[in-house]
Amino acid sequence: MKKMQTSLKKNIRENTYLLAGMIITGAVLLLIIVGLFWMPYEPTMMNASEKLAGISLRHPMGTDNMGRDVLSRVMYGSRITLFIAIGTVLIGAVMGTIIGAVTGYFGGMLDEVAMRIIDALFAFPSILLALVIVSVFGTGWLQLLLSLGIAFIPSFARIVRGEVLRCKSMDYVENARLIGVSDLRMIFVHILPNIKGVMASSIMIGFNNAVLAEAGLSYLGVGSQPPYASLGKMLSDAQQYMFTAPFYVLCPGVVIVLMVLGFAFLGEGLARWK
Amino acid sequence: MIESPVLRVKDLNVFYKNNKSRFFSKNKKIQALFDVSFEMEEGEVLAIAGESGSGKSTLARAIVGINKDYTGQIWQKYENPQMVFQDPYSSLNPSKTIGWLLEEPLRVDKKKKWSRREIDDRVKEIMEEIELPLSMLGRYPAQLSGGQRQRVCIGIALMRSPGLLIADEPVSALDVTIQAQVLELLENLHKKHGISIIFISHDLRVVYKISDHVMIMKDGHVVEYGDTRSVYKAPQHPYTGQLLKAAGIC
Repeated sequence: MKKMQTSLKKNIRENTYLLAGMIITGAVLLLIIVGLFWMPYEPTMMNASEKLAGISLRHPMGTDNMGRDVLSRVMYGSRITLFIAIGTVLIGAVMGTIIGAVTGYFGGMLDEVAMRIIDALFAFPSILLALVIVSVFGTGWLQLLLSLGIAFIPSFARIVRGEVLRCKSMDYVENARLIGVSDLRMIFVHILPNIKGVMASSIMIGFNNAVLAEAGLSYLGVGSQPPYASLGKMLSDAQQYMFTAPFYVLCPGVVIVLMVLGFAFLGEGLARWK
Repeated sequence: MIESPVLRVKDLNVFYKNNKSRFFSKNKKIQALFDVSFEMEEGEVLAIAGESGSGKSTLARAIVGINKDYTGQIWQKYENPQMVFQDPYSSLNPSKTIGWLLEEPLRVDKKKKWSRREIDDRVKEIMEEIELPLSMLGRYPAQLSGGQRQRVCIGIALMRSPGLLIADEPVSALDVTIQAQVLELLENLHKKHGISIIFISHDLRVVYKISDHVMIMKDGHVVEYGDTRSVYKAPQHPYTGQLLKAAGIC
């Protein structure tokens, strides 16, 4: 434990990416966590006398076209965005890992069929795929989470399958088979721990893609429904007021950028962990 | 006929598919072993020698059951023969500690449920046998030298006391000085426990030193089989003579 602490300190000192990632992600998380307990206003509370107000002490990020406090809405919206992104990556990574590991390990007919299905899914851009799934499930943030999760399965499955194939041909797997290790134990105990590095970086990349995909889909209007906010939804609402109230469009945009940037740095920093 | 064989192989033909996992491609079979028959007495060291590609490892893989695509018979006195691989750098799982790797054969043992205490005792016993300090149990394979790793591989193979151990070029990837130490370890284990060993090697000097019987292979055929000393003194097949000459023995 102590060894880990010193290695963490050393890494933070020498690894700028890690430090920057921790600071930026920490700031975004702080915004979200504070928003869980306290927000300056109800994010759905309208005030007709303060439409599209600039920044002030009363409204640190101004107000939107219905007089709602932008800071409160950003706090609430980034919570939803983060939740959707985490859920998406969770569904994609868990399902993708299981599918990729099982098909890669057993090979044969199962592998061939599963990979052709994955190929077919790959042929569509994941956003488009998610749009199709949303149109089946209906709109709303839970449906969005589910459809993005499904759309993210193929890329994880592909990555994990390739890694499992690589590990499968190593002597240690044959050695373990001679000892009498069962197939499931082989996959989950012997092989998967060896691909955690690749998994970690693809989860980081996947998370960023999920944040952007959520923003994109909410922008198209299939995500969280009014009056509730998500960052992408706020962006799409704000674009017509870009010049009259620049902070209304700037604030959610900056939070999206910070969220993606923070995790990208964090991923890079972890990859360089010594 | 041998009185108490530990292994009997009869008319063994082993095949390889050149393209295993592809579903749409045609599977062409390649035959790697042709009509191999031999017997092995309990407690002996049988060396299998020959140049690379002669089918030595193929034979070993068929015996331990990694390659199941064969015709003919393989009879074994004991279940679960164990194998030590050539490359100690790829035969240990890099994400596990030495202790974990040594315990694994006992954890997955279907015949016996090992208690924590029994496992610890057995690991200690084996670490003594392979002459490694107990402090290495917490280390990862990457922190060990090649010779130490090969000792660990031998230890893993010995955990459940197999009746037959196959060592597939166990010292070829090691330095000469380390080679001698690992060979000595194998010899000691053989003397102490009387375990039967199939020793695969292309180094005829090592073969002479360690084995009771020797089998020379070429292109999937057994070209010579017999008592090591007499084979070395008077090789029957010209290929054996060639190998011995190349090794500078006769």
